[in-house]
Amino acid sequence: MNWPLVPQQFVTGILNGGTIGLIALGIVLIYKSSEVFNFAHGHLVMFGAFLTWWFTGGGAEPGAGLIDLPLWLAVVAALIVSMGIGLLIERFALRPMTGQPLLAIMLMTLGLAQLFEGATAVLFGVELKSNFPAPFSPSDVLIIPFPGAFGDAIRLKYTLVATFVVATLAAVVFIWFFNSTKTGLAMRATAEDHEVARSVGIRVRRVFGLSWGIAGVIATLGGVLLATVSGVSLNLSTVALIAFPAILLGGLESLGGALLGGFAIGLVQALVQASRLIEVRNSSEIAPYLLLLVVLLIRPEGLFGQKRIERI
Amino acid sequence: MAMLRPAGDFDRSYEQDMALLRQPWHYWLLGISLLAAFTLPLWGDAYLVATANQIAYTIIAVQGLNILTGYTGQISLSQAAFMLVGGYASALLVIHAGLSFFIALPLAALAAGAIGLIFGLASLRVKGFYLAFATLAAQFIIPWLSRHTFKEYLGGANGAIEVPVPQLGGVNFGEVSNYLYISLVALLITTVLMFNVSRTRLGRAFVSVRDNDLAAELLGVNLFAYKLRAFFIAAMLAGLAGAIKAHSQRGVGTEFGYGLNESIIFLGMLVIGGLGTNLGPFLGVAFIVLLEDLSDLLGGVLAAAFPELSSQLLTSFRPIFFGAALMLFLIYEPRGLSHRWQLLRAGWRLRPFTR
Repeated sequence: MNWPLVPQQFVTGILNGGTIGLIALGIVLIYKSSEVFNFAHGHLVMFGAFLTWWFTGGGAEPGAGLIDLPLWLAVVAALIVSMGIGLLIERFALRPMTGQPLLAIMLMTLGLAQLFEGATAVLFGVELKSNFPAPFSPSDVLIIPFPGAFGDAIRLKYTLVATFVVATLAAVVFIWFFNSTKTGLAMRATAEDHEVARSVGIRVRRVFGLSWGIAGVIATLGGVLLATVSGVSLNLSTVALIAFPAILLGGLESLGGALLGGFAIGLVQALVQASRLIEVRNSSEIAPYLLLLVVLLIRPEGLFGQKRIERI
Repeated sequence: MAMLRPAGDFDRSYEQDMALLRQPWHYWLLGISLLAAFTLPLWGDAYLVATANQIAYTIIAVQGLNILTGYTGQISLSQAAFMLVGGYASALLVIHAGLSFFIALPLAALAAGAIGLIFGLASLRVKGFYLAFATLAAQFIIPWLSRHTFKEYLGGANGAIEVPVPQLGGVNFGEVSNYLYISLVALLITTVLMFNVSRTRLGRAFVSVRDNDLAAELLGVNLFAYKLRAFFIAAMLAGLAGAIKAHSQRGVGTEFGYGLNESIIFLGMLVIGGLGTNLGPFLGVAFIVLLEDLSDLLGGVLAAAFPELSSQLLTSFRPIFFGAALMLFLIYEPRGLSHRWQLLRAGWRLRPFTR
């Protein structure tokens, strides 16, 4: 370990973990209400980022683009569109699959992911869009004095702090929505048992549609946050692959667990980069998966998930 | 096979009951298709031969996946990673141990099988999509290891090493028209293997694990042992396919694919062909490979028409076509093309009483 780097990496990891947690939250939300594990979530994230970029003018000169909105308005427009996309996915892709085995539903979301990958490439092009209108410039750095760290201070980009605050706030709001509002309770009831939920007057189909719509919104929000840090490209979809270990670590049924799992994954990815060994530093892309294997072998249900009891 | 047979068609001996080829037209069909496949270099053009070669080794990989996912019901997202293991094993044995390709090939298959066993151990603890995640981890870890460890052997960050051309008795297999015979013979062997696995004790145990693992355990099927056997066979066939692919492309490494995307495409091929059927891998692989060629053709035509958009048009049609085909099959024909074929056969036999 390269100890002077650790405090910096620790804080950076937690800050990155916020966005991972938010993305993981979207997957858990759909899993909880409809038992579909959404492998296409990463592609929704990517598509949301591209949509926002397009609404801000799509990299054209100011005033020359087809649509030229300020960032906040573009985000709102992208959120509305992605909610519609979520509803469409539920109606046309997942509803015909009700009652099909696990593998079929899993492959359905994988097929969706491929479709989104191709559609994004056709609509927006394959090259990296580095001109995403970020609210802060990369040189805006928050410096916290920290004796013993590298340079006796922790340097944090404003962008990173802002994404962390937005992601954590959004995650907390969605968890509150799920646990305390009437709609959220209806969604939880549906997750528990479809038939019982119907018998007390909950429209199960509407709940499925709603949860996909909300997942679309969460995905786009995550996409915008990622884009402000690293630009808009087709690679954004791979971040969701890091959200999977976060979900399994936190437990499939736990929204709070997804957020905490996101922090843990962000932390692990950042901390391996504080190592002195080049091999360990390079492993930051697979470190989450090594953690995933450990979780699967020791505690498959995750930290806050429900243990499955099988009855014949 | 639970096929309804017409009255008067019965078996007189055990051998007849177990025969795979039971009608005269079975022999004719087999003979004609073998003749067509093995004389392909004589009458087919270069594109046809290359495509047939690609289809042949892809079928072997998908047959392995069929054992694991189709018959045993264990979802695997790491078939491409096991192909990578097989490709590297064969290449290293030929380059550094100086073995002949034809000895390295089965050894590479065994090496990939052994790696498959390691990740199959996860099936002791978890099942369903938890197991899918364990195999997903394998799909990330194996290619990463190939890029970051043993750099002088595995090619390092370039992600590729060169693989020599196989030779045997003066025949140079560098030409794809010669190489096709290696793929075809391997495919023939694995196909006979598949037919026999699926109808013997091993295959029946696999199916019972898939249909209800608790019931299978009560009937005396050792769940763990049979799951491991399924993992071993799947990884072994993937390794065989990977070794054949590596020597056919004369290079192996992450530069040549072997990513998560390929694993997903293998699963898609299997579902489109038909899960848990011996015909499925053939139909599914042929369908997807031809669909990919069609999408490349279409992308090329459109790219020529709109040159400023060519980069996005050339790359985007494959995922769109594959995703759309997979989704449509899952909604409208989840039992795949081989079920269509069964319906067609039943309709032909019961004619004129079918619509």
